[in-house]
Amino acid sequence: MSHWDSTLLKRGMRNHAFSVLTAILVLTILLVDSRSAAALPIPGTSVRAIPAFARKYGMPCSSCHQAWPMLSPFGQAFKDNGYQLGNERDAPIYQNPAYWPVTFRMTTFWHRENENRAQVDDPTSTTGGQIEGNLTTHGFDWSGLDFHTGGTLAKNVSFYVLPSSDNTGAFHFETVFARLDNVAGTSWLNIKLGKFELDNLLSEKRILTLTNVSGVYTNYHFQPATENNGLNPAFPLFSFGIGDNQDGLEIMGHSKDDRTRYSASILSSNDGTPNLPTSRTYDGFFTFSQAFQVGSLGLQRVGAFDYIGQAPTYFQFTEGNNSGIPGNAAFGLPGTGIGNRRFYRAGLIGQFYIKKYDLTAMYFHSSDDKYLATGTPFNPAYGTLPTGAQNAIWNGALFESHYTPSPQFILIQRVELVRMSQQALPIVPGTPYTPGVSVPSLSFGNENVYTFGGRYYPFISSRAGFAFHGEYAFSHQIGTSPVTGQNLDFSSLLFGFDFAF
Amino acid sequence: MRKMNLAKCLTGIAVLLVAPLVLTAQQGESHIGKLTGNAGTGKQLYFRYCWGCHGFRGDGNGENWLPTGNYPNGPNLNIQPRNFVAATFKCRSTPTGTLPTDEDVYNSLGRGLTNSNMPSWITLTNQNRADLVAFIKTLSERWKTEKAGAEINVPAEPAPTVQSIQHGKELFTKLECWKCHGPEGRGDGPSASTLTDSNDQPIRPYNFAGGSRFKCGTTNHDLYKIFMTGLDGTPMPSFADVIKPEDAWDLVHYLRTLQVSRKSPELALWEGTKEGAEIVKAQKVRGTPTGSGVNQ
Repeated sequence: MSHWDSTLLKRGMRNHAFSVLTAILVLTILLVDSRSAAALPIPGTSVRAIPAFARKYGMPCSSCHQAWPMLSPFGQAFKDNGYQLGNERDAPIYQNPAYWPVTFRMTTFWHRENENRAQVDDPTSTTGGQIEGNLTTHGFDWSGLDFHTGGTLAKNVSFYVLPSSDNTGAFHFETVFARLDNVAGTSWLNIKLGKFELDNLLSEKRILTLTNVSGVYTNYHFQPATENNGLNPAFPLFSFGIGDNQDGLEIMGHSKDDRTRYSASILSSNDGTPNLPTSRTYDGFFTFSQAFQVGSLGLQRVGAFDYIGQAPTYFQFTEGNNSGIPGNAAFGLPGTGIGNRRFYRAGLIGQFYIKKYDLTAMYFHSSDDKYLATGTPFNPAYGTLPTGAQNAIWNGALFESHYTPSPQFILIQRVELVRMSQQALPIVPGTPYTPGVSVPSLSFGNENVYTFGGRYYPFISSRAGFAFHGEYAFSHQIGTSPVTGQNLDFSSLLFGFDFAF
Repeated sequence: MRKMNLAKCLTGIAVLLVAPLVLTAQQGESHIGKLTGNAGTGKQLYFRYCWGCHGFRGDGNGENWLPTGNYPNGPNLNIQPRNFVAATFKCRSTPTGTLPTDEDVYNSLGRGLTNSNMPSWITLTNQNRADLVAFIKTLSERWKTEKAGAEINVPAEPAPTVQSIQHGKELFTKLECWKCHGPEGRGDGPSASTLTDSNDQPIRPYNFAGGSRFKCGTTNHDLYKIFMTGLDGTPMPSFADVIKPEDAWDLVHYLRTLQVSRKSPELALWEGTKEGAEIVKAQKVRGTPTGSGVNQ
């Protein structure tokens, strides 16, 4: 029988059945070996893979995705070009009128979650005492639902709308934008307006991992443990992650072959929430990257990014504040947040391909102003900085590697590290963390996250996608357990079916 | 005498044994400049990127291909992907009926084929594209038995003049280009609706007024090659035996003036004449075929 007499499916199953079994065996061993569980949020971050595009152009998902939802360089170029192939067949007038560019994606799975030190009631206490308990839970579950719709409205005018739900069916708009592509006939100028994912080279929306611990990149969302301590009611919640979709305007450009890319965005300082809930200020996000061909190894890319932001520390006005607490942020009038203080998230990234093996390495350097890092309004009328307070500064690293023996199978490994280099509060060794006063060590809040997993795609087509998914993730944070201030560990194990149509 | 016969015999056997190996090795490779493509690597790339359209066997019967009639939009939407088994290629630098050079196929991969679903694969590395070419060559018996044709000679382009454009206009009529491409080059000639390709699928002649890229390139040099080599597998023949090279360049200059929505030196020259200005103005008024006002 010649190699042509077997289908890709048969070939893939033959070639990789052993690898899949091995991966499942390894993950099963990890399951048995891991100890105990907690009622934790359900996995199901909004992730992207768009069979609607595959259907439009009749191309297999493996064209644009190294392993969906992770993009290949060709898929990245397709995205950068406004979801266009540039073959004069991109405008909707060339599509079957019945074509409707909608994709849904969902995941059904079994998962096991563990937290080694969760805050629980002390059964021996009669005064409402709290202790820590090792919690484990497991069972069958499902993710939220993503409805992706995107494509072109006309040549060089593209759009994307993503209503996304949690697993109870409560929807929100994860992404909403329209984009003018190849403005003035050049690929160096594209203008996007709306709510969108930042131009992160390592896209969190296309993350390959699904567990509660590792369904997002820790470095993209890390905030020092001293923040949002709830001590000062005038201080509004400070929540930010460069993995979150943001509201704003992006100017992006790239070379024809997508080797050189840049983007600059101006964003509302609201972390992607609608209706301007806090302030009326703006943030900026800037990226640049350059790819190189290195012999037969593949495309290598290096780049840098910087997010320069600000966040309010109190509200100028409140409405209906009957709490008796001056400036109570719970009654803050949306849009009047002031006393803005700065923060930044900067980093370097390298994406290296060595044939079927690829490695992404990232370095992060971040800082939050001391008012943000200690939850203090920048107004003496509402509170004063803790003694010895200073800006919180930390560094991070991410190493994610994949082995992709075929478009049907991928093995995933990731390590993320976060290290504080300057705490916002004074360090008093031997003393437990006291919010607004001190931390026990420089390493307080440091975090390590380890992830291993694999995905097997039993078929590859231009119509739909399906993957067997197996993953184990473990996180370890220094000194942040809620009662005793010991190290806090989470682990998550997941097996499931990930599908999109 | 016996020794000599033995030597000849052994030599013959050695040649018979080695020759297939050499041929096989050559067939598994492509050569583009300093690049050497490997068919094994190309096969892996083919089954990641290409099989959806070109099919598992490379015969153009991928799952994306539905014969005309299965879509209401017909041929606008669906042009059958290249059949690599037949090894008939549109974009060549070689005479009609011959195999293309490795570089021809490599360039097609990088350029894509406009007005079809074949995109540009320029985002792949040069080595990847060379590997794909090597694999594509294993899909047809033709590559085992035939050599690529010799590249046609493209003489240096003379500078466009009003006279060369007018001469090209005369050739456009004399060679009956208008029968397919239409008197104004809009792809709406009297024969246009009857044309089919080698797969018996309806095919539209190129619409110059749309101003899009040509199937096989963007430059005057590419346009020269298109009608001197023909687009094999389509009704577009080779004119290599019909017109002289200098006439071919005149035709190139005239064809550029039909691209009224695209700036070019030829169009500027033509609009500088009374006759040309009136023709171009009349052609522009009619807008683009899609009616959107955008160069679709």
